[in-house]
Amino acid sequence: MLDGLCGWWGRTRLCELVDRGYLAEAIFETLYMVAIALGVGIVIGLIVGLGLYTTRKGGLYANRVMYAVLNIIVNIFRPIPFVIFIGAVQPLARVVTGTGIGNPAIIFGLSIAAGFFVSRIVEQNLFSVDPGVVEAARAMGASRPRIVFGVLIPEALGPLILGLTFSFVSVVDASAIAGVLGGGGLGNFSLSYGFRQFDTLVTWVTVVIIIVIVQLAQLLGNWVARRVMRR
Amino acid sequence: MNDPTTLVELRDVTKTFEVTPTRENPASTLTVLDRVSLEVRTGEIFGLIGYSGAGKSTLVRLINALTPLTSGSVTVDGVEVSTLKERGLRELRRDIGMIFQQFNLFNSRTVAGNVAYPLTIAGTPKSERDARVAELLNFVGLADKAHTYPDQLSGGQKQRVGIARALATRPKLLLADEATSALDPETTQEVLALLRRVNTELGTTIVVITHEMAVIRGIAHRVAVLDEGRIVETGEVYDVFAKPQHPVTARFVATVIEPPPSGETLAALKTAHPNATLVALRFDEDRVNQAAVYRCFFEAGVAFELVAGGIEAIQGRHFAQLTLALDGPDAAVRDALAQVSELVKAEVL
Repeated sequence: MLDGLCGWWGRTRLCELVDRGYLAEAIFETLYMVAIALGVGIVIGLIVGLGLYTTRKGGLYANRVMYAVLNIIVNIFRPIPFVIFIGAVQPLARVVTGTGIGNPAIIFGLSIAAGFFVSRIVEQNLFSVDPGVVEAARAMGASRPRIVFGVLIPEALGPLILGLTFSFVSVVDASAIAGVLGGGGLGNFSLSYGFRQFDTLVTWVTVVIIIVIVQLAQLLGNWVARRVMRR
Repeated sequence: MNDPTTLVELRDVTKTFEVTPTRENPASTLTVLDRVSLEVRTGEIFGLIGYSGAGKSTLVRLINALTPLTSGSVTVDGVEVSTLKERGLRELRRDIGMIFQQFNLFNSRTVAGNVAYPLTIAGTPKSERDARVAELLNFVGLADKAHTYPDQLSGGQKQRVGIARALATRPKLLLADEATSALDPETTQEVLALLRRVNTELGTTIVVITHEMAVIRGIAHRVAVLDEGRIVETGEVYDVFAKPQHPVTARFVATVIEPPPSGETLAALKTAHPNATLVALRFDEDRVNQAAVYRCFFEAGVAFELVAGGIEAIQGRHFAQLTLALDGPDAAVRDALAQVSELVKAEVL
């Protein structure tokens, strides 16, 4: 498919990058980083987001201390710019992945950052569930875990999927920064072969590819959310 | 319905909420219910009426312990609710159905899924569950909507699903929290008729919370009037309608039964009937018939005209509040009124 990028523009440097498989590798690396980071991020985000929602005052597991701790952690870490965040968690990345540089370290940082991001998205979307529905479940004698997994999450599923789609776009955005920090992927590709070599065509092609990836994800997210919400 | 056994009993129940003190209101607690005592008898429909903010919704949530009480005692079927732990509370709640003003249906589940959910929680096997769901949907007349989602239903249909769901586990008690307040008058009557069937056909005891006297008149056997956290009056619905004791009760009764004219209405009537004597008659037991009263006026040679009032049937007993304009010689009017006063409560306005 990528071969098509060559030819009609004339024989350019881009063709060489395509022929050597660099572009395909970059796309693969980006998708790979985003997939792992978003996967881990969703797990962390669901846990922390549910924690934030349920420990809040009046929640199913209302607990002032627990809520304050979670809220402060998320509030402190979430706004840190990703490019700085990666550096900040480098020692931790070294402990967990065995290296402080390259893709594994970037994926580690990306996963944590995605976790904080998704936490807020999850919390916000759980707020869209009518508290009356939770009350109805309590009045039926449902246990708290059952209310969380049988009522709260299914009721919030449509908005949650849209929120996760939004998170995907943010993680793709953050993953490009890996290029500045010694990681691979499309960020690195466009910096190394486009920006630094004054080859704007390469940068533009990267832009188009990212737009296509993001659009496909958005279409898929919208479609699934619509199915879930039956609208 | 004749079984006088108490199903729910509240004794000296007080509920306070912690609030942030303000300059206008320096108290840090807000008393929502103040030493409330009441009994709900097995098999009856018990109405609880009050204005917004009177504490009705809080009171009903004390019964299934969705809200913990501050002091006093709430027993359901002899069990002291406040002593129950999480597991005991869950079991209690499976025996108490609840329906809500905003229906609170699960939008992610179909109608059948909503009705099945309490059964899933209770651990009912699937085959039994399906049969019960079909039975319930038949009972509420929504068998054809089993696979529809709630957002495609009308308000009345949603509440019928709510009722089916609340009845799924065959509860002894059904709590209806403003169950008809979001519905139009016609749909309200449909839902009230369904609740009446739940009471008579299934024998379920019902506690109805409302701010509409029409709901009380329509289905309740007994009623308690709640005002600013206190029960100000309680009794048989007929008695409360016929002889309201508390001003708040009288105001509620006036929303469905026109009281004797007063103020501007009375002045207007007097202007319209300048030579007449206006008299308010109250027929509050079935033993007096109107014909006997009219005969008195007729025989005394007094002309009469019905100028205001209404007749109500409450729990099959009749109640009328009628205002007549009497026209005739003073002596005749006086004699006729003397005779009429022996039959009904008559008040010259």
